[in-house]
Amino acid sequence: MLGKLTLSAIPYDVPILVGTFIGVAVIGIAVLAAVTYFKKWGYLWREWLTTVDHKKLAIMYVVLGLVMLVRGFADALMMRTQLALAYAGNPGYLPPHHYDQVFSAHGTIMIFFMAMVMMQALFNFVVPLQIGARDVAFPLINSISFYMTLVSAILINISLFIGEFSNVGWLGYPPISELQFNPGVGVDYYIWSVQISGIGTLLTGMNFLTTIIKLRAPGMKWMHIPVFTWTAFFACIMILTTFPVLTVSMALLALDRYVGMHFFTNDGGGSVMLYLNLIWSWGHPEVYILILPAFGVFSEIAATFSGKPLFGYATMVIATGIITFLGSIVWVHHFFTMGSGADVNTFFGIMTMFIAVPTGVKIFNWLFTMYKGRVRFEGPMHWIVGFMITFSIGGMTGVMMAMPAADWVIHNSLFLVAHFHNVIIGGVFFGYVAGLSYWFPKAFGFKMRDVWGKWAFRFWFVGFYLSFIPLYAVGLEGMTRRMNHYDNPNWHPWLLVACVGVFVLAAGVACQVIQFVFAAFDAVNRKPDAHDLTGDSWGSGRTLEWSIPSPVPHYNFARLPVIRGLDTFHIEKELGRPAPVADLEPIHMPKYSAVGPVLGACGLVIGFALVWHIWWAVIVGLVVAFFTVIHRSANLDVDFYVTVEEIRADEEAFAKRLAAARAAE
Amino acid sequence: MSENHTTSHEGENHGTYGSYIVGFVLAVILTVASFAAVLSKAFSFWQTIAVLGVLAAVQMVVHLIFFLHMGMKSTSQRHNLAAFVVTALMVAIVIIGYLFVLWDAQANMMAG
Repeated sequence: MLGKLTLSAIPYDVPILVGTFIGVAVIGIAVLAAVTYFKKWGYLWREWLTTVDHKKLAIMYVVLGLVMLVRGFADALMMRTQLALAYAGNPGYLPPHHYDQVFSAHGTIMIFFMAMVMMQALFNFVVPLQIGARDVAFPLINSISFYMTLVSAILINISLFIGEFSNVGWLGYPPISELQFNPGVGVDYYIWSVQISGIGTLLTGMNFLTTIIKLRAPGMKWMHIPVFTWTAFFACIMILTTFPVLTVSMALLALDRYVGMHFFTNDGGGSVMLYLNLIWSWGHPEVYILILPAFGVFSEIAATFSGKPLFGYATMVIATGIITFLGSIVWVHHFFTMGSGADVNTFFGIMTMFIAVPTGVKIFNWLFTMYKGRVRFEGPMHWIVGFMITFSIGGMTGVMMAMPAADWVIHNSLFLVAHFHNVIIGGVFFGYVAGLSYWFPKAFGFKMRDVWGKWAFRFWFVGFYLSFIPLYAVGLEGMTRRMNHYDNPNWHPWLLVACVGVFVLAAGVACQVIQFVFAAFDAVNRKPDAHDLTGDSWGSGRTLEWSIPSPVPHYNFARLPVIRGLDTFHIEKELGRPAPVADLEPIHMPKYSAVGPVLGACGLVIGFALVWHIWWAVIVGLVVAFFTVIHRSANLDVDFYVTVEEIRADEEAFAKRLAAARAAE
Repeated sequence: MSENHTTSHEGENHGTYGSYIVGFVLAVILTVASFAAVLSKAFSFWQTIAVLGVLAAVQMVVHLIFFLHMGMKSTSQRHNLAAFVVTALMVAIVIIGYLFVLWDAQANMMAG
């Protein structure tokens, strides 16, 4: 009846997990009780859970991403404290089997459920607003994407309390991830949560690519598209070309584990190296999928806070395109040591080094954007300056490792771990956090308290160097990654410094949490001058999203903007806006739908049942999902028109706020 | 103000009656030619393989143009073409790359 699931799967004998479970349960019950007490279930369901509005989905993505950031960061704290303790005979407090699950969960969560989630949040919020669209091309599919991501995040967290998580690292390399060496359910949790979230990401990629191609405002030619949207465009192309590869490799691994096939096994003709090629020809483009939108965020912020147009717009676009292409032909640099000959390794090594060229072009473009500009060092700008310094160092260590000969020495060492945290924290994370504070006032109509953002940045910046520069050092001294304990006295002081660093990072996370708590407080109760009256929250916005009120009305644009060139909004601010010629018309919008949450619930049931071999539940989930889709396809009542009266009322209120803002100046 | 409004299908993406007929006739001719090349025994073994390969390649192009609506005439045809080219490029990178890498995987093994 319950497949492999028995009472013994619940780890009630592990005190850390029991404590965590009690904590999660208390918080969960408190949230549910609060929603019930304030009678908000109806509101939550009607306005948020069933929404197809890209702006609300973006906010839900952000919430999910932040929760998962805290979860993944807790794993990081555990690893660093373990390594500070587990020296010379002291086993530390995490037994190896548990430690293996912690680092696997940390990697999987940070990439799939923090970074990818934040990236989709930014896509959702920014892309339609920047191109003057009223929603994405397929609003319902957008909601389904979100639910696929959400339920796979839930699935990965269930593994904490029922069964176990994968203990083979974030990419699940065979043969150790095969049934022969890993008979537990950990790898199965990994496979199905990655697989379900992959469906969501693939749908997002398809959706936003179509949106950018088809839904641009009238007059917006390709070279009028803001740089963030360009980076989203290229990231979507990479999602569409590489996520199917991930799906296939996970599916083949699942076939090995579930029905005894031999794709990646040691015997029976399996090839482990095939898995490595497959997973990295997804995995390397994946890191560019993450970093390109961060580059886009930096481009927007650099221009806005320097009061200048972005330097080298065209080269920025071309460099992004080149990175997209080169990113697809470098995957072997993740396994130079697998034994290929000099010709293969040289090809992939040189291709990898090439990527530093377009990336360097971008760095200089941002520097020249700031050069002779009136740079204002508000919160978002802090992150970009920190990014340029940190990311350049990370890029250089990357070029070091692109040399196959050097890579043979430092492969799989903590040097590598330091390198990719250097580019992912210093690039991706800084970028997404900067984007969060940059577009926050557009979403909510007021700014987050900058002082806490700046403190978060300072702690993250210093904490990063304290945590990871020591890892470069111990990596060069030969310490391999994923080590549970060690005896080498040379490594111990470095790892103590890294442990201090991770607590500085924790202070950064705490500042961010405080910033959000204050933001929640300000949302109900803030000073009148904190309102963003003009919609141009930073006063120097250049792209279309700053031309409309904040928070944005649900139909985005009362009249579709007419685009005459790059930064049309900025030019119209300088020269005066032409009076609108077109009269207001009813706006055609999609209705909210429960299909997303229902399919999400099906996905969760299917995923959990597959992990535990509860076949009847898999079938039930598939049947319900199938009929939900059929029912939706037969439903013609999927849209409505926003009335002219409503739009006019919004427009008049916005005009009044603009007049008040002008009077205040 | 609510009315049912199913999503529209724009005509530009779809072929005309005439173009489907042309495509169908070409496909039939190419198929018959393939069978004829084998059944007539006019060619040697390797020649037959080569002829079949050429006919198959042409057949694919006919399908892409007349049935999958690729081309340069309308925006939507160009989108179809671009999507196809990107997909083909990615598949080529993956297949050629894997062959290149895995063929070489034993370079440092004594087995030669």
